[in-house]
Amino acid sequence: MENLRYELSTTKPAGGTRAVALVGVVASGNLEVLLERGEAADRCVIDIATPAHGFADLWQAVTADFAARSAAGGLRITINDGGARPDTVALRLAQGVRLMEKPE
Amino acid sequence: MRDWNTKGRDRQARLDAGRHFAAGKIVAAHDLVAFLEAVLRPGDRVCLEGDNQKQADLLAKALAKADPAKIHDLHMVQSGVVLPEHLDIFETGIARRLDFSYSGPQSARIARMMFGGQIELGAVHTYLELFARYFIDLTPQVALIAAVSADKDGNLYTGPNTEDTPTVVEATSFGKGLVIAQVGEIVDRVPRVDIPADQVHFVVNAQRPFYVEPLFTRDPAAITETQILTAMLAIKGLYAPYGVRRLNHGIGFNTAAIELLLPTFGERLGLKGKVCTHWALNPHPTLIPAIESGWVEQIHCFGSEVGMEDYMRARPDIFFTGPDGSLRSNRAFCQTAGLYACDMFIGSTLQIDLAGNSSTVTGGRVAGFGGAPNMGSDARGRRHPSAPWLRAGEEADPDGTPALRRGRKLVVQIGETFGDGNAPMFVERLGALELADKLHLDLAPVMVYGDDVTHIVTEEGIANLLLCRDKDEREQAIRGVAGYTEVGRARDRKMVERLRERKVIQRPEDLGIDPLDADRGLLVAHSIKDLMIASGGLYRPPSRFRNW
Repeated sequence: MENLRYELSTTKPAGGTRAVALVGVVASGNLEVLLERGEAADRCVIDIATPAHGFADLWQAVTADFAARSAAGGLRITINDGGARPDTVALRLAQGVRLMEKPE
Repeated sequence: MRDWNTKGRDRQARLDAGRHFAAGKIVAAHDLVAFLEAVLRPGDRVCLEGDNQKQADLLAKALAKADPAKIHDLHMVQSGVVLPEHLDIFETGIARRLDFSYSGPQSARIARMMFGGQIELGAVHTYLELFARYFIDLTPQVALIAAVSADKDGNLYTGPNTEDTPTVVEATSFGKGLVIAQVGEIVDRVPRVDIPADQVHFVVNAQRPFYVEPLFTRDPAAITETQILTAMLAIKGLYAPYGVRRLNHGIGFNTAAIELLLPTFGERLGLKGKVCTHWALNPHPTLIPAIESGWVEQIHCFGSEVGMEDYMRARPDIFFTGPDGSLRSNRAFCQTAGLYACDMFIGSTLQIDLAGNSSTVTGGRVAGFGGAPNMGSDARGRRHPSAPWLRAGEEADPDGTPALRRGRKLVVQIGETFGDGNAPMFVERLGALELADKLHLDLAPVMVYGDDVTHIVTEEGIANLLLCRDKDEREQAIRGVAGYTEVGRARDRKMVERLRERKVIQRPEDLGIDPLDADRGLLVAHSIKDLMIASGGLYRPPSRFRNW
């Protein structure tokens, strides 16, 4: 298991009022993303636990794009990866942010 | 004085030789090898009917058993190289030269044999292209074809899988060649006449149906959320704005997802009756829910699909059916329809390069083309206008004189940026080029040329290549939807953002697509069983797809 952490500055604060959201499942080729509030409004912290070693540059690229494009400010995100492809990771992160915006 | 009927006399000699083995036109199956040795000549051009789906398997087995001392150096001209026997005859020397279209299941072996010099390759064609050559420079001297049944005169019933047969028989029979059919049974009266008896010279009773491969059945259970996202992008970003009513879908999971989203996502967008009404399409089981909910007006089919026969029989308004009630497919006509009468082709591919050229060649496989390059190309001979065609033409050439400006067919490549085994869909150099080098081919096997492609859809967005004004813009538009592949990560970010402002690139958020909708719950059917239920029990899935 490889553990990675990214502390990113963001462009937009997270919307909605929901305290926590969970999307995806830990399964082969999939991942579980837990989103919580609690960081400063202009930053996002992402912790990743992945069984696939040696993909830090890809995680760096996916999370950097996510922080730049999405309303992710103030979020603390924990990822349990099951060896997902980067397109799946990007989709789950986008889904997580949308879920935080939805009323419970 | 010149003899003006050498071909006719040649056929007469073959007919005379064959009659020793026949009662009327009927040849007994146990005499088949000796019969073929009597009617074939070394060096003959032979069409051994191997279509996309149906196979003249009995005739293929018999030909493979012929004595290579008697029958050798045949030139095979057939659309599908599918059965092991289709290649066995090249190992024994019965055949030497090959012109074909598609080799799906034999794609690795055919490449090895080409590399080893056992096969002398003419060319790899699209279906329509090979059919065209049957009438010009590749007319068969002998055609070995497959039908469901025959009467004693030799009238043939091909059933739903008519496919290539009328085209092969037309070229062979009227080109003074010999037509030999295998049939599943001999009957007093055929349900309908697909091939008239006077075009058929011999019939052999296989006493069993010909082999058919279910090629177009995609299990909704295997569709991923990323594929659903690409399907939503296509529907909202292409089908809706262009108003695409006449189209062809490829056979991949992305287009299956589109079919399963029409009654849900498409309905929500108010697109019913405005898009996807007229099709050149194989009978995809995943289209059943859209047909049942009234989206579809008419479908013409290249071939049939195993298990769809009763469903199509029960929907004669939608499908082309005969007086017997069953589907009449026709590959040549449907390919022509896809080329000239459809405004969009959308299909998946395995590799796309920076110019937009795409190929399904990977590793040492020569899978051939089938019909995709024909469907996936602009018909330069087209003259009738339609809204999507005119709009695409205007996007490509906004300053041209409208009344003199060609329209453009929408040729869309759709897929996830990473495919099976995490192979990137976007590459700097196509694997097809390595294959062409290795086999000394004049042409690399390119499925769809970059200058025909109008749009590329991935989970990252849609690239509209019609709006690109030069090679650099085109390259960056492609990189801009290439996700986290090496090609995608090497993008010029500033240029990609400028292209996005001009809507050359559109992201899911630009189109108002909610990522939370990329959920399997949006599919109108989740399994093959759901498709069966949607058909009212008329669709009978093949056993390999019955997992309940």
